[in-house]
This record gives sequence, structure tokens and C-alpha cells, in this order.
Amino acid sequence: MTRNLITSTQNTWCPGCGNFALQHTLKDILAGLEKEGRSLDDVVLVTGIGCHAKIADYLAINSVYTLHGRTIPVATGIKLANPQLTVICCAGDGDAYAEGLDHLIFAAKRNIDLTMIVHNNRVYGLTTGQYTPTSPLGFKGKSTPTGTTEYPFNPLELMLAGGATYIARGYTKKMPQLAQLIRQGITHKGFAFIDVLQICASFFNMTDYYQSRVYDLNGHDIADFEKACAKAREWDYNRDTPIALGVFYERALPTFDDRYPARDLPPDERSRRIRDLFEAAK
Amino acid sequence: MKEVSVLVGGRAGDGINNAGAMVAQLFNHLGYYVYMYTDYPSLIRGGHNFALIRAADMPVGAYNDRIDYLVALNQETIALHLQHCPDCTVVANADQVKSLPSGQTVSVNAIIKEESAPPITGNSAMIGAFAKSAGISWEIVGEVFRRHMPKAADENSRVARRAYDQVQTTRPVPSIPGPTHSLLPGNEAIGLGLVTGGLSAYIAYPMTPSSTLLHFLAGNAERLGIKVIHPENEIAVILMGLGSATAGAKTAVGTSGGGFCLMTEGVSFAGMAEIPIVIVVSQRTGPSTGLPTYTGQADLQFVLHAGQGEFPRFVVAPADPGEAYLWSAAAIRLSWKYQIPAFVLADKTLSEGTYSVNYDQLVELPASDPVPWDGEGTYQRYRDLPEGISPLAFPGRKNAIVKVNSYAHDEDGITTEEAEMVARMADKRRRKEEKLSEELRRYPCVNVRGSADAATALLCWGSVRNACDEVAARLGLRVIQPVVLSPFPKEQFSEACRGVQHLIAVEENATGQLAALAREHGLGTEATILKYDGRPFTPDELVRRVQEVIAP
Repeated sequence: MTRNLITSTQNTWCPGCGNFALQHTLKDILAGLEKEGRSLDDVVLVTGIGCHAKIADYLAINSVYTLHGRTIPVATGIKLANPQLTVICCAGDGDAYAEGLDHLIFAAKRNIDLTMIVHNNRVYGLTTGQYTPTSPLGFKGKSTPTGTTEYPFNPLELMLAGGATYIARGYTKKMPQLAQLIRQGITHKGFAFIDVLQICASFFNMTDYYQSRVYDLNGHDIADFEKACAKAREWDYNRDTPIALGVFYERALPTFDDRYPARDLPPDERSRRIRDLFEAAK
Repeated sequence: MKEVSVLVGGRAGDGINNAGAMVAQLFNHLGYYVYMYTDYPSLIRGGHNFALIRAADMPVGAYNDRIDYLVALNQETIALHLQHCPDCTVVANADQVKSLPSGQTVSVNAIIKEESAPPITGNSAMIGAFAKSAGISWEIVGEVFRRHMPKAADENSRVARRAYDQVQTTRPVPSIPGPTHSLLPGNEAIGLGLVTGGLSAYIAYPMTPSSTLLHFLAGNAERLGIKVIHPENEIAVILMGLGSATAGAKTAVGTSGGGFCLMTEGVSFAGMAEIPIVIVVSQRTGPSTGLPTYTGQADLQFVLHAGQGEFPRFVVAPADPGEAYLWSAAAIRLSWKYQIPAFVLADKTLSEGTYSVNYDQLVELPASDPVPWDGEGTYQRYRDLPEGISPLAFPGRKNAIVKVNSYAHDEDGITTEEAEMVARMADKRRRKEEKLSEELRRYPCVNVRGSADAATALLCWGSVRNACDEVAARLGLRVIQPVVLSPFPKEQFSEACRGVQHLIAVEENATGQLAALAREHGLGTEATILKYDGRPFTPDELVRRVQEVIAP
């Protein structure tokens, strides 16, 4: 039975918001999974707090609308408790790169089998316009009216250093490619990281900038770590250079959840072992 | 009361804790009840460590001022402790202790050389020497080595025997009739209780004095059928725990005050999103980093109030491993039935102290089961039913869309800012607390001990109760110990206080936090006896302080 994947909740994203593209991309991917015979009962969406996170209310699937910055630990707990579930995180750039940066790096380090989609509009939208870790140097926001005095960091480079086993960058105005990148990320067994460039229609509209600089990675060897690093460094989220889109790196490694085998015991066997421990302490 | 106390002292890194545990087992096998406290600075090596073992013919859970035997692994033990127990029987390591007014020595180096044993077996020589000086039969010593020496029991036993043969019995300890008990540190009792309650996963970041719970459960994970995870920080710990519970796994986390500070956003999330989780908080001396390896009871009001907003929580503070075992199991069950955060509030004294426990005498608390979804109709994660408890389903359940939300939400779990719904869901959460309070009437939430009809009562909570028990026995007082602190068992507490004319709060904090809680519920205390130097009350000290208060 196919389900209606969009809830009746009123959508409050601004007209032109990049989140619409991500919502529809995810909806199509989910519909595709269902068509392939995968039950959507086994999919969980985990979101942070921010404009992006409203997607939890808008998509009619299991969801955990968590706290700012905390998608990854919640998703990790879900995956460890039930490895059969497909766990997808949607987080913002303030969410994933500021408040929850430590968790992001640890998810990469552990290679937990999750798909992490970062809605990277390089500005805080819900709190009405402050700089984020990926805003360019000199960005004028409400908390930095004379311009930021710090460089952005490069999340792709960070994820390469952290040990992520699938690293990609998409753009909301290239939807077919974006869908392909996310689908591949969901299929990837291990920590899949997709940085998605999107514009904020109200506070940081970069449409013209991105349109003239993005290009597709063609003929790039995704198994070559050194080449992935070089490609990731081409655009540092600050300099005016071409911006590559596509998969930068992928490799197969054992996952964190695989290393935690199910250990459930029948209750009476458990009780017997607890009793044995009391006995051994005599 | 027949009692014997032994102090085993040496440098940090000398294995004082393990040596103390062996001495504790010797008394256990002589038929005594035992309590062991370890005093150590926050260091791995260097610094002075000691273990205090107190054995008695009745249950004990506190060390006292008197020392009968001093087992000195180094000179510093003599320098620091002998002045406080000038009449004690001393057994010392001759290689380290060069100046000794009286007592017996053995050369550990010579013994391990004769046995060709590794230096790590050296403490066994001191245990053997102590056992002989106390007149403990070799049969018992050998049995304790066989059962409790984790590695190379034979080799250690031979080293112990050589020392045993070199020493004279100077102060014999009689054996007394009685069974051997399980000697359990509080943290292990908490761990076993959680597993009994159905634990699937334990998640923690190391922090004294909660770390030994992490170590115990990690070391026994396969045996007990649980997963144990040590994430990047306490924020990740609690959020991972909440994720795990959301997917249906009974999960607990553990920490001490500083780590719990980081967890508070998660506690509030659990309150709003109605996610069951058990949080073990083992207190140490604060504020801030404080005294990492010493005790305190200054986090009661913090745990009662941690987290923004208002939501029900269950808080239990056991006094000994028996209570810790039973109430940790209950904490899991109640947190799952009511879908709330539940706290097991311990302290360094309980967590790291070792006590005699009689498993067969532990009286199970009532059972309490979660309410599952029956699969009928459309699933609503926050269905508003009369008792406030929404039936549970987890992601992966057929034909259920499970939407969990930290925002104010409607019955489906969709975010709402609508005034009526916001208030309605707050009422729903309040009703869970009322229902929990009602259920807790069937539980022994407030213990009355000592002379139950005495007009003067000591009001205490947590590990301090053990010292209060002894003081009450000596002075003929009543002891009132609320085990459950939230929701506050007001009726049981009033009942426990019936006929009390002088209520004296005894707490290891500087402000009287339980006294404040009792006052909040209309029951004032006449006096407070407080201690906040990181060390637990000794019964002798507490007798003096109680007498100062009740003196006419």
C-alpha cells in the first residue's frame, strides 16, 4: 500500500526556500524505496531544530524532531537499538557544524550506518539571520553587523579527516543529481554525509553566485582519498572558485552498528546469570 | 555490637582497593557483615590510598573512628594513621616501613623472591600476614584466595602462606555463626538492578564516582545480554540514550554532577517527548570539579529541578546495595510505564563502597509494565487518554507512523503552537505524575527504622542512612528515610513522622536540601546536622553531633 507522504500540516517555509527541493527529493526517494518493496515503516527521519527541521512535520513517516545539534546521537541510538531501520538525518548548518559539530565528527569516526543530509544555507534562518560556520568571511548578520572576523570551515575536508566513508555535495537547484546523491548515500553501508547547498530566500540568497560556479564532478576517482582531499579543497566556502558537485569519496568499511551484535537473552537466563554474579561475590 | 575495623594503606597504584576487598572477604567468610570504604585522591599513582574495612555481627554501612588493625604497605600509612589508633595491631611491609614503634613486619621482597613470584603478588603477602595476626584459619584464607583472587590464585596463595607462617597471632578475631553474604559495591548493585529491570543498553562517559558502573556493565555486557557504549560526551550520552529508547530499547545512562549538567537539555527533551530513560547520578563533592573522589549529597535539588519547563520525573535515592538493586529495577519499569525520566541518585559512599547483601532476603518491588499499542486504528504517539499514558509503538512497527517531538505537539506528534492543545498536553503530562504517585502508594517509598515510636527522629536520605541507623540504635531514636524523592511521597512521609516531636535532618551538604523538600511539603525540621567536607559521617561523630542537638 502506498501512503501519502506529505502530511496535512501547513507548510511555513518562505517562498523560494531551498527546503522545498529537499522535501520533494526525499519524498520521491521514499516513494521509490516503497516501490522497490522496502516498507517505509522501517525508515526513521531524525531532524535537529531550525527551518530545515520542519520537514519532520511535513513528511508522513516515522520521525524524531530532536534538539538543536543533536540529530546524530539520537540517530545513533536508534540505529544501535534496531539495526534493521533506515535512519536519515536532516540537519541545518548551524545545527550540524556549530551546536553539534562534535557529534558529526564522531559519527564519521565511528562509521555508523546513517545518512546525514546537511541543509547548508550558510545562515541561521529561524533565528532571523546570523552567521554560521560556513558563512563567508565578512558576512554581515544580526550578530555580526560589521561582518564576521572568522573564516568558514570546509565541512567536506572535515569529514574526510574525520573518517566518513561517503562524502558528497549537492545543490537544491540540481534536483536530479541531488536525488541521486542522497539515494546513493542511503544505499551506502556506513556514515554517508551529503552537504547540500541551498539558498535562504530571506537572509542569504546565493542563487546567482551558485548558478555561475557549480559544476559536476566527472571522471573523479571516488576511491582515491588524496584526490578527494584535493577536490574538496578546491572551494573552501570562502574563495571565489568553481564549486564541484557530486560524490567526492566512498569506501567500504565495517560499521559501528555491525560491531555491536544483538545480545538479547531470554529473561530467565538473564535472571540466572544475575544470581550467579551475586553468588560469585560470596 | 561486636565489631572489628582494619585499615589497609599504601601508595596509589599499590592495589589497595583489591587488597581491601580480600580482607573484606576474610571477614565475610568468618561470618561477619562487612562494609568497605576506599579513600583515594584523584590520582593514578603517588598520593596516599587507604581502604577501611569494618566487620560487625549486624549489618553495617559506615566506617567508624576506631581502627583495630593497621596493614601498612608503606611508611606513610604509619605516619598518617598510627596516631589515631595507638592501640591497634600493626602488620607492615618491612621493605617499606623502616620505623615502627610496635607490630610485626614481613619482607615482601624476600617472600616473592623465594616463591619466584612477580611483584604484583606482593599484596597477597600482606593479606596473609594480616590473616595470621588476626588468627584467621588457613582454611578460610585459602578459600578466599581460591574464590576471589582474580588471577593466579595458586601463586598468590603460596605468597600469602609464606607471610602467614612468619607472623604470630596477636589479636585473634573470633568467627561468628552466620552465612557468607554477597559483597557488592553499590554501583554493581545498581547495574544488576537495571539489568533485572530489563536493561538493553547502558551509555556513559567516564566520571568518578559513576565510572565503576560503566566498567562493571562493560565487563559483563556479553554475560548479561546488554550493549554498553561510551560516546564523546554526556550530551551525546543522553541523546543517544533517548534515541535508543525511542527505538524500543530499555536504556540507562550514568554520570556525576558535572556530566549531569551537560545532560539537562536531554532530561527536558525526555520530559516533553515522553521518552523513558534512567539516569544514574552518583554525587561527589561539588561545586564544579570539586573533590572528584569524595562524597556529597549536594545535588538533590539539582536533580529534582534539572531541565527547563515542568514535567514529571521519578527520583529514587537508595541507601545500600539491596535498595539500589531493587529500586534500579523499579526505576526502569516505572520510567517505561510512565514514559518519563527516572533518576537513581547515589553518591561516592554508596557507589564505591562495598556492602554485605543477602540476595535471598531482597523483597521484590511490585511489577509495573509499559502500555503497548494494540495496533487498532491510526497510531498516535501522544494519544490523550484519561491516565495521560499514550500507548507505545516504535519505529519499525507495521502501519504505525511514530512521530516523536521536542516541540509542543498534538496527539500525532506534529508541532503545534495552538493554545488549547499546548495546555491540554501539559495537563496530560501532569496526569501521568498523579497516576505515578497513586501507584507508588503500593511501594515502600519511606523507610522508618530504629525505634519506630521514638519522639526524636533523624531525617536522612541515601547512604547517610547507614550511619543514622547506628546512631539511632545507640540513642534510641527513630530514622525516617524517604527513598523516593519525586514525586514526593507526602502521605507515607506524614505517616512516618506521626508522633515525632523533634525532627533532625542529617545530610552531607551545607544547606539541608532534604529538609527544604520536607518543608515544601509542610513538614519542618527542628535542626539540621550537616557535613560537607567530602567525608561521610562516622557513627561516632554523628552520635556526638546528635547529642549536641538533643541535649536539654
